[in-house]
Amino acid sequence: MKIYNGGKIFIGLLVFAVLAASPFIFNMGKSKTAEKPDIRIDTPEILKLEDKKCVAPREQMRATHMKVLDSWRDAVVRNDDRSPVLVSGRQYDKSLQNGCMKCHSNKEEFCDKCHAYVEVKPTCWECHIEPKEKKS
Amino acid sequence: MSMRRRDFLKLAGFTALAGIGGSVLTGGNGKGRLEAAQAAPGKVTPSGKRLAMVIDMSRLKSESDVKKITDACHRIHNVPYFDNPKNEIKWIWTETFEHAFPGQKHKFLPEGFKSKPFFVLCNHCENPSCVRVCPTQTMFKRADGVVVHDPHRCIGCKYCMAACPYGAISYNLNDPRHAKNLQDYVNPGFPTRAIGVVEKCTFCVERLAKGLKPACAEASNGAIIFGDANDPSSEIGKLLASRFTIRRRPELGEEPNVYYII
Amino acid sequence: MLEAAITGSRRYWIWVSFLLVVIAIGFNSWMREVHLGSGLMTGLSRDVTWGLHVGQLTFFVGVAASAVMVTMPYYLLNYKEFGKIAIMGEFLAVPAVLISMLSVFAIMGQPTRIWNVLLYPTPHSIIFWDLIVLNVYLILNIICGWTVLGAERKGTPPPAWIKPFIILAIIWAPLIHMVTAFIFAGLPGREHWMTSLQAAHFLATAFAAGPSLLIILSLIVRKVSRFDPGSTAIQTLARIAVCALGVHIFFIGLEFFTAFYSRIPGHMHSLQYLYVGLEGHTELVPLMWTSSILAAAAFVLLAVPATRKNEKTLAAAALAVFFSIWIDKGFCFVVSGFIPNHFERITAYWPALNEFFVAAGCWGVGFLVLTILYKIVISVRESSVQGEH
Repeated sequence: MKIYNGGKIFIGLLVFAVLAASPFIFNMGKSKTAEKPDIRIDTPEILKLEDKKCVAPREQMRATHMKVLDSWRDAVVRNDDRSPVLVSGRQYDKSLQNGCMKCHSNKEEFCDKCHAYVEVKPTCWECHIEPKEKKS
Repeated sequence: MSMRRRDFLKLAGFTALAGIGGSVLTGGNGKGRLEAAQAAPGKVTPSGKRLAMVIDMSRLKSESDVKKITDACHRIHNVPYFDNPKNEIKWIWTETFEHAFPGQKHKFLPEGFKSKPFFVLCNHCENPSCVRVCPTQTMFKRADGVVVHDPHRCIGCKYCMAACPYGAISYNLNDPRHAKNLQDYVNPGFPTRAIGVVEKCTFCVERLAKGLKPACAEASNGAIIFGDANDPSSEIGKLLASRFTIRRRPELGEEPNVYYII
Repeated sequence: MLEAAITGSRRYWIWVSFLLVVIAIGFNSWMREVHLGSGLMTGLSRDVTWGLHVGQLTFFVGVAASAVMVTMPYYLLNYKEFGKIAIMGEFLAVPAVLISMLSVFAIMGQPTRIWNVLLYPTPHSIIFWDLIVLNVYLILNIICGWTVLGAERKGTPPPAWIKPFIILAIIWAPLIHMVTAFIFAGLPGREHWMTSLQAAHFLATAFAAGPSLLIILSLIVRKVSRFDPGSTAIQTLARIAVCALGVHIFFIGLEFFTAFYSRIPGHMHSLQYLYVGLEGHTELVPLMWTSSILAAAAFVLLAVPATRKNEKTLAAAALAVFFSIWIDKGFCFVVSGFIPNHFERITAYWPALNEFFVAAGCWGVGFLVLTILYKIVISVRESSVQGEH
């Protein structure tokens, strides 16, 4: 095929380049939150614990908590397997609302800060009820 | 979302650590799928149970008895209240006899009977058409026969509502969090639902898991009897064997599990 | 070949721009519906959960399936008169399937979860099958239409490998509409929908409405371009449409007999609601009678040779068939299935303005794709017309 209409092609290429670069153009100068968030886990509930252990080590929870929640969800909702998770003698419900958030009662700090940093918008809280935070 | 092998191993490792064993997680979606497939017509449930409900109309005396029961359910499940009946969400409510049993009405019914309120709710059918039509297995039948919806998975196609011959399913046309009653009070132990998904009575599976009765039965002062109908020694088994009961639209073959003593 | 779509007259670009504006309005309206909720933005309710969009799905799957009415005579029965129109049938099926799929998408409360249908494949759900058959049919028609047209442009016969695809598309066409009928025809307690006649009735209405639309499109194409699909082909389409319309009217009669001779209330209620009103509710009665009168008038116009051969009355008849069936199957059929509800109460439904905008957006996408595809067909044909002289 012969290439006529060189002008139109270049205009087209330009439009493509602008579109492809649009995410970068839109977000220019918006990188204020680039500072790595420092997540505090010193809620009153956690401070009360002698053995401050979550259901898995911190690094694993950071990386896979969403998968843990997914598998808990399927276990509880679909298979009616509500056997609690045991951590050094304590029982936890396989539940975001009635498990995780019982200790991590600081949703804004514990969930939102990091999710905002990595720009993800989980839909958990459209339905699940966040703990009433004690404003200190 | 399926897990990659590596992720799965990680998770299996941590669950072993947490002391609950990996079997739960290996089950995952696969097990849920199996259950949905087990919802075969008219079969005894895999657990051998047949959870059912008998509503003894003679023991419901006043408006306040009725209100107590619906409120108990709707309050603990964070059911939103909207004024406009078009947008209603309801898990358990009352219809007068002629509307709850349209095929049974005739003009010689005793005075006041036609307008008598009857509780209606999901019938947790043996052969549920909502489960049959749902394209995502959001509606499924559990091993104990309870028909539940998984609000995480619902795409909001409303096919189940077209299929259910009991009008038991509600759809969130509005954001339930905008309902005034939920802005005033929510049960912190139970979620709400999102806009654009369906919901219905679940026979209080979250309470059954703790060995409790469904909230309506508990609040009913003995008017609503709940249990395993396949167990002849249970209260409901004895009741069904001794009293004449009717069900809504039995001719459709859905095998509803809510029985009425008139 | 696609380059033909980006060169055109002023009139062409005005039409394309108009469609783009309609699509933009439709998209915006749909976003409003998703975010503000169908409680505010639609006429839907707990009792009538499907409305205009599901009707659109039903109707346009029929239009898509009706392509078989030109492809089968041409490719299988070797009816040469359809040589020029077969491709128009195939390229009408593509936008029709698109409108159907967009309409399904528009009813979803959680459209971002659409992939759950594929993540958790559920063979016992008819919607799952509908999604599959519609997608396959879309692809089949694009492949067949494009390949045949490409060969024609080069002046060569279509390649041999395309034949199995063409035959598969011919078999597949009735299938998509049967599956759509099964969405409705297997639901306990919805007596109005639950008739074994449903799939056959759907095909009858499809084969009346689809060819009628094709007649209108052929007349338009003839007017705006130098490409003529051929009077004989148009007349044959009119004959197909009138036969199918006759079957449709016959089937309505059968429904009435079963309902009103048996006197079973559930079977009578929806028909009463549609044609005479039920318990004072007459919302759809004027529409249904409009549909009936249009169908009767069109039947006469198409059956009488003089009016069928006159292209003015033919165009009027084709429009009448299209709108008659659109009203009946594309709107009233779906709504009346929900009325009365399972408690024998009546909740009326009328689409909100926003729903019309969303539907218009779906039509806009359909017409845009149709315009582009037909533009390509026309330019290929026009160049071959020039070549002959």
